[in-house]
Amino acid sequence: MPHIQLNNDAPGIRSLAIYRPDTGKPLYELAQALLRAGSPDSTLTDAERELIAAYVSSLNCTNFCQNSHAAAARYLYGEQGDVVDQTLSDVGHAPLSTKLKALLLIAEHVTHDARTVSSGIVAAARAEGATDGDIHDTVLLSATFCMYNRYVDGLATLTPTDPAAYAAMGERMGTLGYVQPT
Amino acid sequence: MPYIPLPEHLPGITGLLEYRLDTAMPIRELTQILLRGDAPAGESSLTQGERELIAALVSSRNCTNFCEAAHTKAADLLLGETETARAVKADIETAPVSEKMKALLQVAALTQQGGRDVTPAAVARARQAGATDREIHDTVLIAALFCLYNKYVDGMATVAPTDPAYYDILGDRIVNRGYNRPPGGHPAPPPAATNV
Repeated sequence: MPHIQLNNDAPGIRSLAIYRPDTGKPLYELAQALLRAGSPDSTLTDAERELIAAYVSSLNCTNFCQNSHAAAARYLYGEQGDVVDQTLSDVGHAPLSTKLKALLLIAEHVTHDARTVSSGIVAAARAEGATDGDIHDTVLLSATFCMYNRYVDGLATLTPTDPAAYAAMGERMGTLGYVQPT
Repeated sequence: MPYIPLPEHLPGITGLLEYRLDTAMPIRELTQILLRGDAPAGESSLTQGERELIAALVSSRNCTNFCEAAHTKAADLLLGETETARAVKADIETAPVSEKMKALLQVAALTQQGGRDVTPAAVARARQAGATDREIHDTVLIAALFCLYNKYVDGMATVAPTDPAYYDILGDRIVNRGYNRPPGGHPAPPPAATNV
């Protein structure tokens, strides 16, 4: 049960954006900007951005964000959708590019303690072809999901347990993007 | 040294907010609403000084020197003294703030650790001390937002000036002008005149 009275029965972040539309607006705009666009020189695809979001949410154990962004990533990866679950269960053996693995390592450090993002792991990502924009976007995506995860869990919002609910959410996120709920 | 090229005259978060304007705009808007916004008539809300205390506390727990110095300075200016922010960062329970504020600062500290650490008991304590749903909501979201800022600033290895005078100017700016982007951004100052 949520810690405060939200006056709606939507799940996760949607319930919070409906409760407080004034803060919901920039929160949804930020998700749209980060997950459906990139820095001018960024090479990350929308599917890869969703995978970073799901990965950070899984490290923070925020089931709602993990499941919904994993579903969006699966939808956007299409036939390669299995890579999402392989990444979340064992990133080391997932069939990802070495560049994306290097960026996920940066994401992991941002999530645990951003002061541990070292010049060494940034250089390693660059050596695999990551651009300035890729590094920037990975750090900001990770930091942003550390916010969303804390917001969603910190107020104990409703987390559906039925996987079908997330498949529908993933398709909506993959097609319509992030539209503020009303 | 930051991991990407950022203007030298814009340390900490300030250069990052000029790097990608499409992501900076909603981050700025969210901050302005949460730290400077007014509650609708009839609803109580935290003072601006109390909200800056939450920002300073979370930044201190994340050990992000730039944000801690900037928001401590903003809290000092808004509260008109420097003791409260210092005491809150050292020990919430003995700081000279109300029981309601102590309970909300503890909720913020738990949010900083992780959202799942915010217990029903911690929320009940705040409610018992008179905190409204709006205040509990804002406390959690401010704490979560500063985790974003702190991780962004530290993860990109931005520069934190060591001269306290820098934070006097920055604190004054965020207290008196808020968090929206000034028209035209923050252009580099003209190069210092050199003797020919």
